[in-house]
Amino acid sequence: MNSRQRDQLATLVFYSIAAGITALLFGLIGYMLYQGFPKLTLDFLTSPSSSFKAGGGIGSQLFNSFYILVLTMLFTIPLGLGGGIYMAEYARDNKLTSTIRTCIEVLASLPSIVIGMFGLLVFVNLTGWGYTMIGGALALTVFNLPVMVRVCEDALRSVPREQKEASLALGLTHWHSIKTVLLPAAFPGILTGAILASGRVFGEAASLLFTAGITTPTLDFGNWNPFDSVSPLNIFRPAETLAVHIWSVNTQGLIPDVRAVADGSAAVLILAVLVFNLLARWIGSLLHKKITAQA
Amino acid sequence: MDGNTVRASSRLLKSTNKTALHLERRGKMTVMVCAFLIISAALSITIFLTVKGLDAFLENGVSIVDFLSSTNWNPTDHKSPTYGALSFIFGSFLVTILAACLAAPLGIGCAIFMTEIAPSWGKKVLQPVIELLVGVPSVVYGFIGLSVLVPFLRSVVGGQGFSVLAGTLVLAVMILPTVASIAADGLNSLPGGLREGSFALGATRWQTIWRVVLPAAMPTLLTAIVLGMARAFGEALAVQMVIGNVRTLPEALTDPAATLTTIITLNMGHTTFGSTENNVLWSLALILLAMSFFFILFIRYLSSRRKFS
Amino acid sequence: MMKKMKSVYLLAVLALMLVVSTACGNKNGDNKAASAGDKSSSSSESMVISGSSAMQPLVAASAEEFKKQNPKADIQVQAGGSGTGLSQVSQGAVKIGNSDVFAEEKEGIAADQLVDHKIAVVGMSAAVNPEVGLKDISKENLIKVFTGKVKNWKEIGGKDQKVALINRPDSSGTRATFVKYALDGNKPVEGAATEDSSNTVQKLIKETPGAIGYLAFSYFKENSGITPLSINGVAPKAENVIDGKFPIWAYEHSYTKGEPKGLEKEFLDYMMSDAIQGELIPSQGYIAVSKMKVERDAKGKITKK
Repeated sequence: MNSRQRDQLATLVFYSIAAGITALLFGLIGYMLYQGFPKLTLDFLTSPSSSFKAGGGIGSQLFNSFYILVLTMLFTIPLGLGGGIYMAEYARDNKLTSTIRTCIEVLASLPSIVIGMFGLLVFVNLTGWGYTMIGGALALTVFNLPVMVRVCEDALRSVPREQKEASLALGLTHWHSIKTVLLPAAFPGILTGAILASGRVFGEAASLLFTAGITTPTLDFGNWNPFDSVSPLNIFRPAETLAVHIWSVNTQGLIPDVRAVADGSAAVLILAVLVFNLLARWIGSLLHKKITAQA
Repeated sequence: MDGNTVRASSRLLKSTNKTALHLERRGKMTVMVCAFLIISAALSITIFLTVKGLDAFLENGVSIVDFLSSTNWNPTDHKSPTYGALSFIFGSFLVTILAACLAAPLGIGCAIFMTEIAPSWGKKVLQPVIELLVGVPSVVYGFIGLSVLVPFLRSVVGGQGFSVLAGTLVLAVMILPTVASIAADGLNSLPGGLREGSFALGATRWQTIWRVVLPAAMPTLLTAIVLGMARAFGEALAVQMVIGNVRTLPEALTDPAATLTTIITLNMGHTTFGSTENNVLWSLALILLAMSFFFILFIRYLSSRRKFS
Repeated sequence: MMKKMKSVYLLAVLALMLVVSTACGNKNGDNKAASAGDKSSSSSESMVISGSSAMQPLVAASAEEFKKQNPKADIQVQAGGSGTGLSQVSQGAVKIGNSDVFAEEKEGIAADQLVDHKIAVVGMSAAVNPEVGLKDISKENLIKVFTGKVKNWKEIGGKDQKVALINRPDSSGTRATFVKYALDGNKPVEGAATEDSSNTVQKLIKETPGAIGYLAFSYFKENSGITPLSINGVAPKAENVIDGKFPIWAYEHSYTKGEPKGLEKEFLDYMMSDAIQGELIPSQGYIAVSKMKVERDAKGKITKK
């Protein structure tokens, strides 16, 4: 075999790896949607789950997933933004900065089950809340924070230096120029990153097992008093999310139609990930166009 | 409430008035607080889990040597409970390393395809594919493993289907996109002159990849693999659904096994908080924590050896 | 201008929520008894029940029924495992803790502070893949199978198939009961798989040649695809458990810290009423505790009623 044949062989191998991975993705998504799509009736998506009879839906779980995502983002975005601004603008090359960097790395590399156990220790046992939505959201905040900090830092750093320098030269204070020049310019990047991170949060399960719990009260969607235990808005109730539901019906469930419920839930999760991804791309390009057109 | 209203004067570009300076100081304070919250989150996780993880050894008198070296795990025996976690530690390492062995060549191959073979359209197609694969929740991987892979293995290779092999395959698919995307970043950041130089010397594309690109990018590629391994090591639910959760050492790939994470998820709810059998689960979590520190240190070491960045 | 102030504003929201949440959390945790006293009618209280995942459907369904009669009562039923339920009730974090096992059998629980309310009885037995060809097994042989002394079913009269054991996690209540009353305390060897969910165990037994596992009676339906085993010739049926002929059964317990009062008492009384004991409990495959002709204490001693 001469070197040209070897080169062709290698090219072939690389092509097949790429084709294989693409096929894997389409296989996975296609299979889940094919299996789950017939189950996605309005009734399945809105009715409460059943704990032992067949025919339960995922209404409460779906709502919990979105609610916990909103709460998590409410905590993470300001914290991530603050951390990102610090790292991109204020951090000097000193011990403190490298400590923060290490901490972000530590948080990013923690297995999510470990974050869940920390949540169990602090947000469940120490506070005496028990399994709650808020405990879950705080655990997810820890889980999501390093991602958001990195997203914000990268977005801020990718703003051209000249823009910042020009604003400083005009006599703006540093903070003022961050607010009026840097943040608007970095906004598309931050938004895109935040949406992608949302997809990750939406599908997370391990850190919620011991914090938001594996049960959910049957929600009464007519009751919007946030202090009532069956109210969807209550943040001190256990809140099983969709991802946790897939795990719990498969490994602890008593219902006879596990497969159907899990198929349907998995299809919803996959769809959500697809939507989050497409949304991030679409908004990203839209904002990019808008901003470059204005400039 | 000058937090929400901004006075007309500060709309002027020149912001030398008192409000602006005040805002400047407060802005800086705000971001400092955020930064300190991040530090305190990381510190408190480390401290809380370390203290809790050591309880089993310090308070319940579990022997740390037995814990790390014995495979005899029988915490519910009322007369003489034993707490040997070696099989789970071994199980975690086994599936992690096997998954990395599968995912590394495929992921790096994918990255090479994106950067070296078909940089124009390959990237356009594969980049979204990889991003989507990263986004697929791990429970979905686990569920597909449980409902497709396990029955398939049962009918093809025999046994129960719940096996080290099933766990390895699920993990390999899970970490593949992580490895691929970091490896692609690494290959992209190599100076273009390297390749051109090699081609100018008459090397074929494969020779260039094998002799020039891969060695030059080696530290980054290793980082990609280590990050993938870190993810595999800590993954809990997907593995638990397919591995069988048996506490003996596996003798073959088709044997079931257990990992640190699967034992934690299975037993956490059944045990009472503060009991020895519960505390040893926290010790297992401490091992997970220690391993993630190890992975960080290893990645730092690798990045210090990076030739081009 | 709002956009620029977003981070400051959101931080304020965050701080506020943390403060509110801590305040509410404390109220939830500590002052529940106090706030219960303030209310005029005991039926408008709220309480949280936690514990055994297996009992959660039964208790949740009872709570639904209870709420129909007392619309103001607010009962949350969570699952997290028997250990969690017992820890939480002894810490006072929840009012009732459900457990598959006696509190005395769990380490780290001050059982003397807890009051046991036996709600139902669950019978369980070993079940095998139909192809094994056994319907009855002596206790002796059952122990041999689970301790790994019998490795092939033909040794004890079945087909020529390897034994594949399907276990439950160490800390599971089902496992504890089975080991104590079916295996006389002999430790089962590790088998083919360890699964927590009865559904999964049933599926595995059905699909795996030579498989044996243990399940509650409610999984032994006609079309379940598994063969329940009689033990020493006694069939795994509710009647036999009631008479005390069939040995493998356990109570489903609800524990309260101290004697129950107010809503706890009302609800537990309701659980013992005919509506629940006569209908809901049998319909979920449990045996009504009121029907039992024998009693068992925490040490496993059986007495006739």
